[in-house]
Amino acid sequence: MAEAENIQAKQAPKVATGDRAILPEGAKTIPVYVMGKRYEVPETLTIMKAMEFAGFKFIRGAGCRGGICGACPTVYRKAGDYKLFFGLACQTVVEPNMYLAQIPFYPANRATYKLEELSGDPEVIYALYPELFRCVACNLCTKACPMDVDVLGYISALKQGNIAKAAEISFDCIQCGLCASRCMGELPQYHIGQLARRIYAKYIQPKAEHLQKRVDDINAQKYDEVLKNLLAMDKENLEKIYINEREREPDLTPPGEWVPQDTQYL
Amino acid sequence: MSYTPEMRELIKKVEATRPARVERARRNEHYPALNLKEREEVLNAYHPDCQKDGTRAVKVGSNKGDIFQDQVADLLESKALLRPDAVDLSTVDYEADVLIIGGGGAGTSAALMASDAGKSVIISTKLRHGDSNTIMAEGGIQAATQECDSPFYHYIDTIGGGHFTNQPDLVEAIAHDAPLSISWLENLGMMFNKTPEGRMVVRHFGGSSRKRLHSAGDMTGAEIMRVIRDEARSRQDSITVLEFTPAVELILDEDGKCAGAILFNMETREFYIAKAKAVILASGGFGRLHIKGFATTNHYGATMDGVVMAYRVGVGNKYLFSTQYHPTGVVYPEQNVGLLITEKVRGLGAHVLNIDGEQFCFPLEPRDVESAELICEAMDKGKGILTPTGRVGLWLDSPMIDDLHGEGTVKKELPAKFIQFARHGIDISKDPMLVYPTLHYQNGGVNVSASTETDVPGLFAAGEVIGGVHGENRLMGNSLQDIITFGRRAGVNAAEYIDGGVEIKKLTIDHVARFEKEIDEAGITDPVTAPIILPDYSTDEVISRRWAEK
Repeated sequence: MAEAENIQAKQAPKVATGDRAILPEGAKTIPVYVMGKRYEVPETLTIMKAMEFAGFKFIRGAGCRGGICGACPTVYRKAGDYKLFFGLACQTVVEPNMYLAQIPFYPANRATYKLEELSGDPEVIYALYPELFRCVACNLCTKACPMDVDVLGYISALKQGNIAKAAEISFDCIQCGLCASRCMGELPQYHIGQLARRIYAKYIQPKAEHLQKRVDDINAQKYDEVLKNLLAMDKENLEKIYINEREREPDLTPPGEWVPQDTQYL
Repeated sequence: MSYTPEMRELIKKVEATRPARVERARRNEHYPALNLKEREEVLNAYHPDCQKDGTRAVKVGSNKGDIFQDQVADLLESKALLRPDAVDLSTVDYEADVLIIGGGGAGTSAALMASDAGKSVIISTKLRHGDSNTIMAEGGIQAATQECDSPFYHYIDTIGGGHFTNQPDLVEAIAHDAPLSISWLENLGMMFNKTPEGRMVVRHFGGSSRKRLHSAGDMTGAEIMRVIRDEARSRQDSITVLEFTPAVELILDEDGKCAGAILFNMETREFYIAKAKAVILASGGFGRLHIKGFATTNHYGATMDGVVMAYRVGVGNKYLFSTQYHPTGVVYPEQNVGLLITEKVRGLGAHVLNIDGEQFCFPLEPRDVESAELICEAMDKGKGILTPTGRVGLWLDSPMIDDLHGEGTVKKELPAKFIQFARHGIDISKDPMLVYPTLHYQNGGVNVSASTETDVPGLFAAGEVIGGVHGENRLMGNSLQDIITFGRRAGVNAAEYIDGGVEIKKLTIDHVARFEKEIDEAGITDPVTAPIILPDYSTDEVISRRWAEK
């Protein structure tokens, strides 16, 4: 009997595996309301994992589970508080007496365009999204953004014709759609921001000349012979090059300035 | 959510040992590193890739006799989700020139190239278009675009980093195409980090000889995905996207060519027949198998479906035994579980500590060794720290970085991590982080040539689902490049294959019944059902109350 207990004590502790939570002995649970219905879940879980703990299996409303894909926008209220709160289910921790609703999809208008037929003129954006000027600057979009993007800021920048500013401000957008769900003017902000960023990168940001040159060289088959030789090389010789013949570009020299001693493969 | 009072009590033990540890570190006295023999012992005993237990030889299929982790072996020896004799192949529900399985970076790149070549395309995906590991890649994308760099050095760095186990023609492809990929993305309107003159801002990474890592903020993968998805959405005349409708079985024709797939509407539970002249597998990796129970950095749908489907039509795989673990993934708070904490934290001098606040390993062992030592301390010695949700971790003592290098160093050197934890009420310059190894990348995958062809005519593959590009160890920034290089090649080559004249004969899924027969004959009595499509995180308590299910 004593021996059996010893074996018991030696076994690995029961722990949560993968993304499946467990309730360890002595840990606390709290009540949350999923679409109005009460469930007891362990504290410190995210909304997403709390719902899974309760027995839900997501088809919609879960994606990267790391706060970057925008699949799990959630609206919630707390007991006794009139305010609406917005967040991502994978990034927001449950609090006692939260009232939760998932909004995995919200309909929004998206214009169809051929980027190569557009230009850096803001009129292009106005023509594709005339509803831009239905914005009344209420700022509900910004308040709903789980990424703290200044949504009204980039919409206003576009209204003023400043595509570069809009591209910069909207860069962290994960296209979850919460802004559009709150908009009085029924704007699809995140689609407009996407168009602005692509126009900025294609027509306003300067092109990388060193990249174009490298592309031309590759298309002129400049490196084909060098690569063919590497393909045929045995491990011993590859190892020799790897260990002895790789000069390391210094950390602090500005890009484009350093020239290695061995230039035969450049 | 900040630490609970119970965890705060434990942090006091870390604080109690810190002054003496900092003093020793100042005198350059370190916890002794393991010698080579000890390394091998700890790896063999505790590293998930080396442990003999939890692995077995697969009894059926192209890789018969090869050793895999149990979870992987289970899926290679699995039976089909649908019952083959119930399938009606006579009515085609969807038809296109090219069917692409997977809507991440590789699949979408392939779709755009096939569309450029005038082909009609269907993308089938289990979640939304773009929900993928691509979107989660933060660091950057490799390409030799600088004057001091060339495809030669990209090749050498990559194959050396992979311990010379990489498939050479795939390395040649990635080194050759990488600058073309970057240029393609630039033309599609991707916002790269550039100087005001337009020069790409590039950085070094582990194992680089030249600065080759291009980025877009700290969300490079997300920016790639946003841009190529937006382009695909503007091509509705040639690209149809079927969301929440994953492929579950490949369809061949009676000549043995790949001719489509059976799709599954997850919401209505109907199956559809999708017919195509060429099929591209771009279904991603297997992080959500949680090999040996590990947390993962991967997205919700990373469940190895593509490898499973390919296996049933006779396409084998390589290096699937090799999984990239990162020793320090986040264990608390829950929002960050599985996400990476850069090696830099230990590089700056932070110790790894057990529940007593004591050191048990040298903090800068190679990644695989470090992972094994953490696992040993927590699971074998029982000296891990348990979180309120039942996760186990070890302390990573970040506050001692400020003690060693001066106040403000943590905030200055680790800005992204600082903000990430501060958002949840934890100041990592004052409190330690709780960490444990996390599953990051599927190094192996299905066998392909440099033109992305598999052994089955008409079946192409690209992205994390393929094996050999990285050998047994992947360098940072090569996964995003892998996705674009081979995604683009798959789209181009599938179109060329079709232009060569493809006549699809009578459709068949006889291979499914044949495979199930092989399983039966191998004496596998209770095979799992696959593809599993999504992981199930129901608790044992809930499952035990689902009395309608067996």
